[in-house]
Amino acid sequence: MNVVRPVGRVRQPTVTLAHGGGGKAMKDLIAEIFVAAFDNPVLAPLEDQARFDLAALTAHGDRLAFTTDSFVVDPLFFPGGDIGRLAVCGTVNDLAVGGAVPLHLACAVIIEEGFSTESLLRISHSMAEAARDAGVTIVTGDTKVVPRGACDKLFVTTTGIGVIHAERQLGADRARPGDMVLVNGWLGDHGAAILGARGDLALESPIESDCAPLHGLIDALLTAAPGTRCLRDPTRGGVATVLNEIAVSSDVSIAIDEARTPLREAVRGFCEILGLDPLYLANEGKIVAIVPADQAEAALAALRAHPLGQRAAAIGRVENGEPGRVVMNTVFGGRRIVDMLVGEQLPRIC
Amino acid sequence: MKYADEFRDQAKAQALVREIEALVAGIPLVRRRPLHLMEVCGGHTHSIFRYGLEGMLPKEIELVHGPGCPVCVLPMGRVDDCIAIAERPEVIFTTFGDAMRVPGSKMSLLQAKAAGADVRMVYSPMDALALARRHRDRQVVFFGIGFETTMPSTALTILQAAREEIGNFSMFCNHITIVPTIKAVLDSPAMQIDGFIGPGHVSMVVGSAPFQFVASYYKKPMVISGFEPLDVLQSIWMLLKQLSEGRCAIENQYARVVPDAGNSPALRAVTQVYELRPFFEWRGLGSIDHSGVRIRDAYAAFDTEKKFPVPNARIADPKSCQCGEVLKGVIKPWHCKVFGTACTPETPLGALMVSSEGACAAYFQYGGVKHHVAPQAGAA
Repeated sequence: MNVVRPVGRVRQPTVTLAHGGGGKAMKDLIAEIFVAAFDNPVLAPLEDQARFDLAALTAHGDRLAFTTDSFVVDPLFFPGGDIGRLAVCGTVNDLAVGGAVPLHLACAVIIEEGFSTESLLRISHSMAEAARDAGVTIVTGDTKVVPRGACDKLFVTTTGIGVIHAERQLGADRARPGDMVLVNGWLGDHGAAILGARGDLALESPIESDCAPLHGLIDALLTAAPGTRCLRDPTRGGVATVLNEIAVSSDVSIAIDEARTPLREAVRGFCEILGLDPLYLANEGKIVAIVPADQAEAALAALRAHPLGQRAAAIGRVENGEPGRVVMNTVFGGRRIVDMLVGEQLPRIC
Repeated sequence: MKYADEFRDQAKAQALVREIEALVAGIPLVRRRPLHLMEVCGGHTHSIFRYGLEGMLPKEIELVHGPGCPVCVLPMGRVDDCIAIAERPEVIFTTFGDAMRVPGSKMSLLQAKAAGADVRMVYSPMDALALARRHRDRQVVFFGIGFETTMPSTALTILQAAREEIGNFSMFCNHITIVPTIKAVLDSPAMQIDGFIGPGHVSMVVGSAPFQFVASYYKKPMVISGFEPLDVLQSIWMLLKQLSEGRCAIENQYARVVPDAGNSPALRAVTQVYELRPFFEWRGLGSIDHSGVRIRDAYAAFDTEKKFPVPNARIADPKSCQCGEVLKGVIKPWHCKVFGTACTPETPLGALMVSSEGACAAYFQYGGVKHHVAPQAGAA
């Protein structure tokens, strides 16, 4: 990672309450840390709102997609990414799984007093890089500094808009018996990377977060399989939760095959040791796609041709069983229910 | 994954299931009623549900999920005691993750944490000791829980704390022992257990000898079993073999891990630190003689019960809760009056609904559902 150092007027090593005071210190912080990194003509005038040309938006489609997400990840820097990259990719992906072309983001940060200026700069540059990867611009934002203890280091909220093409009709209620369930690669990497990076497990794990913007992959998929019923990004709660939501919304059952579920050896081992179920681990660069059977092959080929989908797999199918039920055919030949998680996954003790 | 996938081989499983079906047909008892095999250990319960083993077995075999989940048998009063300790301002209360959601009479440790108590999840008692080293100005309490499986690690932690003279570390000892528990199950009047899948992890520490009474006195077969799905299937096959030959013995399927004599350094550490309590209270099973251990006087400095005033609350189980009958295998989870209605994983009344190893939570989440309200569950 490039080490970026504050230049110009923000020379203090840490953010102080003065930087949130609305005065000169705040202006310097915003200008040098955020505006410089996000560099674009909509943000540059520093108006209280971003302004868009409506005609430019409607050129992309007939519906606006609008979403927001807050990021409070701990640790802020983890293998494969950081809170900045996560905040951009998370919102971009929330737009993209609706079939939208992601266009613009707003970014609000809440900084705990005493936070390192250098870390903030690293994060803003990481956001800028992720935004470039995703083809979006960060066009407006907000910065608050709160007293020590009032937040945990740094919280980031991103809000995004995108436009959905007239022909794209995706929805969790559209799955039909016979459809195939696809994923674009290894599952559970992000969740395992974060747990590993917290350091309280004393486990050395080589697992990196899969954090990535998925708009390009999704565009390729929807072009190859225009009949795709539904897309979801299995973040918190993992694939198991997303499948349950789809099964409930569509009033169908879903059966997945454990043997076809793509899992890295390292993630499998990690889950074995801690007694966790990888189906419930978070992903930040994965989609679950419900695709009609006759388009599944084309969909898989399109996913596998994309750098973020080389390990794509068909992991199951939509069935006509008990509505709302997700089941798994285990590697051992048995069948079990995959339910919604009640609380957080807590490791088993024996 | 090496050393794991070998024990999850579907072809081998199917061959074993066919042999199990053949054996069952030759056991006279099954003409009158299904065979009841109890897995004592929560780890087995977890494996059985995770791999869908119950659905693979012939209908003449019913698995009864026994009392071997230490979280599940924790009485409400002990949880209240934990919370009283955790609420002390000087205390950092450390616990394994499972125990955080067990309901006390007013709240769980998770709720106490939300209300401001300093409760932290650790993965090992040594992590708690490390916290004590880092926070000399605080009192670090570790919630010691589990059967003989976890006793050596907590005993060694106390011995280490004594060696380093770490004065701000103590343990709230809630360890329990397996033998009196199995006896309690066997002595219960409505008991209809035909054989036991024996506890693999406990036996790794204590060996197989302590279980001989199951065969010699109660005339029931037991097979000490590993935790992979093939281990469990093979143990069931071994139990059926005994039943069909009219034998009862303590056999060891898990010989790759369990030495017949147990682990002597581990047992030495346990004996050095712990002594039997006259009795210990269990959720659902009531008070069982000699079923718990406490810290010996020599290590009183590390005994939370001697260090702080512990309320020692005795709270009766909720009247509607039938955890005890489920634990003893007298009723199935879905026969309980409150199963899935007043008692769900979101709002557990009984501890069996809390831990993923609890029979009720396992049925609720992993698919014993076929037995009660929704007959077609996942059968499509």
